[in-house]
Amino acid sequence: MRPRFALSSDRDNVRVGSGGGEARRRSVAEAPDLGPRKERMTERSCEIAVIGGGLVGIAIGYGLARPGRRVSVLDEGDRAFRASRGNFALVWVQGKGVGMPRYAAWTRHSSEVWAGFARELGEETGIDIAHRRPGGFALSLSEAELARRGALMERLMSQPGMEPYPYEFVGRNELRGTLPEIGPDVVGGYYCPLDGEVNSLRLLLALHTGFTRRGGTYAPGHAAARIAPQPGGGFRIETEGGAVAAERIVLAAGIGNARLAPMCGLRAAVRPQRGQVIVTEKAAPFLPYPMHTLRQTDEGGVMIGDSAEEAGADDARVRLGILGVEAERAARIFPHIGRLNVVRTWSALRVMTDDGFPIYDQSEAYPGAFLCTCHSGVTLAAAHAMTLAPMIAAGTLDPGLSGFSARRFDVPEAA
Amino acid sequence: MFRRLPDLARPSVSFLLDGERAEGREGESVAASLLAAGRPVCRTMPVGGLPRGPFCMMGACFDCLVTIDGVGNRQGCLVSLREGMDVRTQDGRREIGR
Repeated sequence: MRPRFALSSDRDNVRVGSGGGEARRRSVAEAPDLGPRKERMTERSCEIAVIGGGLVGIAIGYGLARPGRRVSVLDEGDRAFRASRGNFALVWVQGKGVGMPRYAAWTRHSSEVWAGFARELGEETGIDIAHRRPGGFALSLSEAELARRGALMERLMSQPGMEPYPYEFVGRNELRGTLPEIGPDVVGGYYCPLDGEVNSLRLLLALHTGFTRRGGTYAPGHAAARIAPQPGGGFRIETEGGAVAAERIVLAAGIGNARLAPMCGLRAAVRPQRGQVIVTEKAAPFLPYPMHTLRQTDEGGVMIGDSAEEAGADDARVRLGILGVEAERAARIFPHIGRLNVVRTWSALRVMTDDGFPIYDQSEAYPGAFLCTCHSGVTLAAAHAMTLAPMIAAGTLDPGLSGFSARRFDVPEAA
Repeated sequence: MFRRLPDLARPSVSFLLDGERAEGREGESVAASLLAAGRPVCRTMPVGGLPRGPFCMMGACFDCLVTIDGVGNRQGCLVSLREGMDVRTQDGRREIGR
């Protein structure tokens, strides 16, 4: 297949961004020997350096490379904590955004642009990321649980400034028509037509492939140790693989953002929050809809897990027991699952802010520095690539994203 | 392809292989019976669809998966053959109800 985009060599003569000498326009891979001049400090350079090569970083990197920016993604090695390889692979809208209607709208926006994003990635890379949007269910195993879920959805929709989206209550009888395999303990649930799923491992691969094909430079083994804003603008990033200079930087280092952000006038109070997943052997397709705690992958394995918005304080207390609770609930929702063999379990670390919502920020002190952190790197991948990245490329975050700034944490608890 | 050692003069056991009557020997595994019956392909792979048959014969490779008495994905090499067993070769993924 012939790439529809310009090769990076075609673009090398095009002046992009503001400022930066010849040395700054070389890619990380070229690593020229500049001799004993002052540029020696910055052997390698790029226009925009994205720090972090997980789903968040590479989606932004891809979105920056699309319009032809010269981007380097500086990543850790294989031992990095990598939520991108441990997530639940939902493109999920339902129930998100209680406390921040703007987050509900942003999530919905991502789910709306996901299909086009998936199509483009598939065409460019030949990798099938198996994106589907059949709508999703949140099923309940008791009347009390169902009532809590209903109250959550009502609270979400009735917030000031909320743009309501479609969802519906589905009673047990109606549910049995759609999902005949449900167990006797399922009392009902909620369905939202906006929910979907994807193969997130292939999504990560496709984004890396697409990014490289569009001329981006991926640099593993470049964990950022220190970021120094330069007097004339721009940044110098010291990494385990050497120093890199960039006109702009995007912090997308997950948990690492907490340490790196203060170096460029930003803040990211994030903590790791553990999530555990079980996957069964591959089974013939039986689950045509993703559920918030249960889904069948395109290859047939059944994934059992717990989503962030449902993980209450009680669940967080338990560690090993979580897997047992997850498995037990899954087998009550679909008794057939209880007969499948489990082939793997794992845990991964969500990148969690105090209020659970993402942070998108631009440094006031050093305006070339941007920050992006969230715990829904799959759901928001489309928005990050198609909407956020163009803002970063243009140099300013859209005012519509101002509510996601870390400045929101400045409000005193008791006024 | 495979022949039983001549000193294994054990009693014959009859079972169903994909609905047809087949013969094995008492004390051997389902996987061994399939190999001796000249049926080395017991399943196809769930994703790629390639044929697979018993390989390691000791529970490690999971290539000998078959449906036994209605339960899918059982390791044929770890299940002893019994009289009247219903053994079915598997086409790709296990079905959820079996």
